[in-house]
Amino acid sequence: MIRFVLKRLLSILPTLLIVATVAFVMMRFVPGGPFDQERAVPAEVERALRAKYHLDDPLAKQYGDWLWALVSRGDLGPAFKYPNRTVNEIIALSLPISMQLGVLAMIFALLVGVPLGIVGAVRQNTWKDTAAMATAMVGVSIPRFVLAPLMILIFSLTLFWFPVARWETWRHMVLPVVCAGLPMAAYLARLTRGGMLEVIRSDFVRTARAKGLSERRVILRHALRGGMLPVVSYLGPGFSHLLVGSLVVEKIFNIPGMGRYFVEAAMNRDYNLVLGVMLVYGVLLMVFNALVDVAYAFIDPRVELG
Amino acid sequence: MAEVSQAGADAGAGAGQGAGAGQGKVRLDAIERGSSLWRDAWRRLRKNRASVVSGVILVVLVLACIVVPEVSSWRYDLADLKLGATPPSAAHWMGTDYFGRDLMARVFFGGRVSFTVGVIATLVSFTIGVSWGGIAGYFGGKVDAVMMRIVDALYTFPFLVLVILLMVFFANDRSVLHAAFQLVLSVAVENPKDPAYFPIFQIAVVFAALGAISWLTMARIVRGQVIALRGQPFVEAARSIGVGHRAIIFGHLIPNALGPIIVYTTLTIPEVMMTEAFLSFLGLGTQEPLSSWGLLASSGAETMDLYPWLILFPGGMLAVTLLCFNFLGDGLRDALDPRIRKD
Repeated sequence: MIRFVLKRLLSILPTLLIVATVAFVMMRFVPGGPFDQERAVPAEVERALRAKYHLDDPLAKQYGDWLWALVSRGDLGPAFKYPNRTVNEIIALSLPISMQLGVLAMIFALLVGVPLGIVGAVRQNTWKDTAAMATAMVGVSIPRFVLAPLMILIFSLTLFWFPVARWETWRHMVLPVVCAGLPMAAYLARLTRGGMLEVIRSDFVRTARAKGLSERRVILRHALRGGMLPVVSYLGPGFSHLLVGSLVVEKIFNIPGMGRYFVEAAMNRDYNLVLGVMLVYGVLLMVFNALVDVAYAFIDPRVELG
Repeated sequence: MAEVSQAGADAGAGAGQGAGAGQGKVRLDAIERGSSLWRDAWRRLRKNRASVVSGVILVVLVLACIVVPEVSSWRYDLADLKLGATPPSAAHWMGTDYFGRDLMARVFFGGRVSFTVGVIATLVSFTIGVSWGGIAGYFGGKVDAVMMRIVDALYTFPFLVLVILLMVFFANDRSVLHAAFQLVLSVAVENPKDPAYFPIFQIAVVFAALGAISWLTMARIVRGQVIALRGQPFVEAARSIGVGHRAIIFGHLIPNALGPIIVYTTLTIPEVMMTEAFLSFLGLGTQEPLSSWGLLASSGAETMDLYPWLILFPGGMLAVTLLCFNFLGDGLRDALDPRIRKD
């Protein structure tokens, strides 16, 4: 078991190295550098800046230095556009916020989506099913950047229940978490319903019923375990959708998370910051995928650990 | 992205319905006319009210996007700074934006961009996905293992992050791609350096980037279908009379797997449109003075407290379109292939 987990986690490293290398090379071959967008930077200042950050070294050396700093000291380098701040500092400040948003949104999605899907499956082809699935369809179809302004219009600017922006108290968190989590909740509802419907007619569920178990117990203890498989395998990609979705949510609600830095840094050619944020995203995503694999093996006895 | 990859979500639901009644009669039809699969599917699709309504709405929307910008008395980029932002009125049915531009003209012009991106990027992903999955499934063995390993590896990539990088790096006037674009353009027009063509170039990059990331699921679906079909006698027969590999894959196997392919294509369109809107929202996709729904929603979101109609109309149009595509895709799936799997 532990060997399987370790092996799975180690297999992340090569992929990560490829992502880092591709991103590094792409960044340096792109026209425009971090210092050529400022107005009226005298040539000698730019030269000094480039020298300071070793941007004139050969590409291979830059790459080697960068990789060595990362591997030996976990150092992602200075952020060009934020003088006196390193990429590590920026990530240390913004990552916890993004993680809070992501984790809360995922919990919200599971708490809303899975029960909705169960209702749909258990009451198949009744009005409850139709209503649940119509809601889910609307949920997967409304983009977050339409949903968020709508919710702000209704709950902040008309009803004054929640603040419009920022990330401080729980009241600030409600709207962003719901916006980030709702599309995923809708999606999970569809997946859960599909998974449950497949299981609900299978032999072991019939056996459970025949044993005289209560319907509630049959559904929640026996059917749900099998019905959750598609849901669990979706959590990996779902997490990545959530990360991407949080780019939008962070922008609209003015939340100082990592997503905001990423888009800005990419546009500003802030090489180190882009690479740093990308690597953090990559690690998060792949570690999460690995955990999902492990969880999957736990739930489904047919999966062999190898 | 999300809503598409769950092709199998409620497949179980529709599975039982289509079979049962009228099967014998349909079989006879098949012998007589030889097109029972499609007739059957069409009959089932027509029974699905949500899909039919969605299909009709989509047709109306596409027509409106073609017609409205032509017949409207306002051009999508005609500014009237003195007018500024006004709520919907008799002259401007959807109101005007901050620059006094007619929102209705902009929304329907933006619809052209959004639909075009959706369709072309889907074609790109269709081409790559079908060929990739078809070849991997047909040859099997090592070829299959290597090709699908690549797909698996790509699945774990944080894709939109890469697309964002691609957009930032290639969609600018100094990139290699732009030079190539101008070269192609110089065949067709006299002055390819005209900056007026730049927005078109950017949209072309959006096509390529979106198409390039959305073919993975298609490849998996096609591979699964081809594997299921390749042992069938008709493939054997084709091979025995000396039909080549390429002709077997694209002439015999793919046409027989068209059902799931069509379903998944229908579901890719909204996914791609949503992604384009997302990129435009972040300022990376379609650029002013052109418009697309994502771009309009983005600028609308900034001033929604003052001018809510600027977000409501484009956002509403986008949401309705995506909803219709998803309903239609669901209906098509139930009609064409109830057993289609997610992977």
